[in-house]
Amino acid sequence: MLIESKALVLACSAIGAGLAMIAGLGPGIGQGIAAGHAAAAVGRNPGAKSDITSTMLLGQAVAETTGLYGFAVAIILLFANPLIGKL
Amino acid sequence: MVLADADFMIHGVFKYTLFGQELYITTTHVAMFIVTILILIVMICAHHKMKHAEQIPGTFQNIIEMYVQTIDNMVATIMGRNARRFVNYICTVFMFILFCNLSGLLGLRPPTADYGVTLPLGLITFALVQGCGIAKNKGKHFTNLAKPVPLLLPINVIGEIAVPLSLSLRLFGNIMSGTVMMGLIYGLLPIFFKLGIPSVLHIYFDIFSGAIQTYVFCMLTMVYINDKIADE
Repeated sequence: MLIESKALVLACSAIGAGLAMIAGLGPGIGQGIAAGHAAAAVGRNPGAKSDITSTMLLGQAVAETTGLYGFAVAIILLFANPLIGKL
Repeated sequence: MVLADADFMIHGVFKYTLFGQELYITTTHVAMFIVTILILIVMICAHHKMKHAEQIPGTFQNIIEMYVQTIDNMVATIMGRNARRFVNYICTVFMFILFCNLSGLLGLRPPTADYGVTLPLGLITFALVQGCGIAKNKGKHFTNLAKPVPLLLPINVIGEIAVPLSLSLRLFGNIMSGTVMMGLIYGLLPIFFKLGIPSVLHIYFDIFSGAIQTYVFCMLTMVYINDKIADE
C-alpha cells in the first residue's frame, strides 16, 4: 500500500511534536532541585521565607523557558505545520 | 479527529478588508476589549472610592490599598532608589497581564495565549531597557557590548535581543499550555462532568499559573531595567 506524501509528513510531524515535548524533562529536574534547595534554606532560616520564595519562583520561571521552547515547537508542528507547504 | 469539539485556537469573528488585505477581528480582540473595559470599571470605582477615602477602610478600599502597597514594596526591594520612576509602569503591566490571565475564568480565551499580545509586551520592556541604558550610560551603553573582550560582541548582542523573545515566549507558552490542556479536557469529558471537574484545573491553570507568570514577568522586567541603571 502506498502512503501519500502528505500523510507521511503529518505522521512524522505528530511524532516530532511528541519528541519535542521530551524537553519537559530538563525543567522538571531543574525546578525540583531549586524547590528542594529552597526548602532546605527555609529550614535553616525560617525568618527569610518570603525572600527565599520569591527568589525560588523567579529562578524556576527562568529554568522553565527551555521547556516552553519545546512546547512552542510542538504547537507549531501540530497546528501551524510549515512542512506541508514545502510538498 | 477524535476530539472534534476540543476548541482552543484563535477564531476570526468579523472579517474586513483594509488596503486589499483580508483581516479579522479575532477572539483575542474581543477578549482584550472585555478585559480593558473591566479594568476601566474597576479603576474608575477605585478612583471614586479613594477620593472619599475613609479612616477605617472597607473591603474594597482595603483591597486597593493592599494591591498598591504590594506592588510598591515589590518594586522598592528590587530597584531601591529608582523605584519611584518605574512603579507606575510596573503597576499597569501587572494589572493588565493579571486580568488577561484571569479572563479564562470568564470563559474567554485569554488574550495572553496569543503571541501577538505577548510579543509587544516583551518589545516594550526591550525598548525601556535599552532607553534606560542609553539615558544612563550615553555612548558607553554600546561600547559596553564589546567588553570584556571584543570577541564576545556577537554573544552580547544576541543576549540583548533574546530578552524580549524569552520574556514573551515564557508568558505565551505558560498561558497557551494551560489553554490547550483545558480545551482538551473540556473536549474529553462528557457533558455531565463538564460542570464540576474542570474547576479544579481552572484554579491551577488560570489562577495559580496566571498569577505566578504575571509576577515573574514584572519581576524580570524590573531586574533587566535595574541591570542597566544601577550604580556600579
